[in-house]
Amino acid sequence: MGELTAPTSTRIIEPNEGQGFATTRLEPLLAWAQKYSLFMYPFVTACCGMEFMAVTSPRYDLGRFGAEAPRFSPRQSDLLWVVGTIVQRQAPILKRIYEQMAEPKWVMAFGTCASCGGFYDNYACVAGIDKIIPCDVYIPGCPPRPEAVLDGLLLLQDKIQRGDKRPGVVKPRTDPVADPKMGVVELRRSRNSRPIV
Amino acid sequence: MSKAIVLAIKAQFPQAVLETHSQYGDDTVVLDSKAWKAVARFLRDNPQSDMNMLVDLTAVDFPDREPRFEVVAHFYSLNKGHRVRLKARVGDSDGDDAAIETLTDLWASANWLERECWDMFGVKFLGHPDLRRILMYPEFEGHPLRKDYPADRIQPLVPYREIDNIEKLAPFGPDEGMSFGRQTHIDRADEGGIEDRRER
Repeated sequence: MGELTAPTSTRIIEPNEGQGFATTRLEPLLAWAQKYSLFMYPFVTACCGMEFMAVTSPRYDLGRFGAEAPRFSPRQSDLLWVVGTIVQRQAPILKRIYEQMAEPKWVMAFGTCASCGGFYDNYACVAGIDKIIPCDVYIPGCPPRPEAVLDGLLLLQDKIQRGDKRPGVVKPRTDPVADPKMGVVELRRSRNSRPIV
Repeated sequence: MSKAIVLAIKAQFPQAVLETHSQYGDDTVVLDSKAWKAVARFLRDNPQSDMNMLVDLTAVDFPDREPRFEVVAHFYSLNKGHRVRLKARVGDSDGDDAAIETLTDLWASANWLERECWDMFGVKFLGHPDLRRILMYPEFEGHPLRKDYPADRIQPLVPYREIDNIEKLAPFGPDEGMSFGRQTHIDRADEGGIEDRRER
């Protein structure tokens, strides 16, 4: 998961019992409102769209984090999900969609193809949408699991809250190679040492 | 079954057939490219063959051969359940004059297949009603599936952002993700981790 922090400048002052009030700065308040009301524009081009549907459907339920409503007009949305491979022919469309969105806007690169091109190292594909538009959060995976997507959304919310404009990448919760319990190496060893019937 | 069709083509067009072969039930006739359309029309109209479906039409690039491209068409008969493959060799070593007659007026499905073949290989189809690119954009130069198209050549429609080190943008380290343009990939087996990859 990303580097989640909890900075706050909010203070609750209670001079008398039951008559308190809270103070905060305007930017954190706005950021708090923004991060829980992300209207998303799904730019879905490829197989990652299946995982996107899984994330938005009730089992994983993106709506829990305030990013429930998709808006199929870029002018009404502030989070652009680029879900899938972007080919050179689609690049002008994607750039135009991005430019039509009103500030403040964020971009999520969903899956390996959108992040860096994946294995599409060829004449037709854009090797990552960040060649064309700035990108806030990269979610690796081919396709990423819904948990990774939720991690990516939480990472983006944290960045919005902190006013952090630098891009971030969703890390795996455990490194499958370093963690002996996950056992990628062990699994292969056991597979190799299994007697051939 | 479709060996009979190969024999029928041989009997009907003795000069046009360059070679034939049959392997594992696939019957192939290599034709003189001038007879391409006549043989196709014969296959469609002859009641013995009755090829009412053009399954696929594509090309293969052999950069070292002198008719450089091999145009390949697969035919299938829905009524009789047999199929045959036609090939014709076109084009010089530059590939500029690669041209063959269109099959669009015989099978409507040839339209897009021939456009794809033109787009990817640059084989012209004479008499095609609308020979435009179908997969790539009109601004694209060259034909990407030719063997002499450089593997790392891209033709972006929008200029890339002006940022230092655009090949590896921010969160990715120099050895993470796909490099932009072909480069030698490091064998990660040497770095430990999945060390038993070499043993297999």
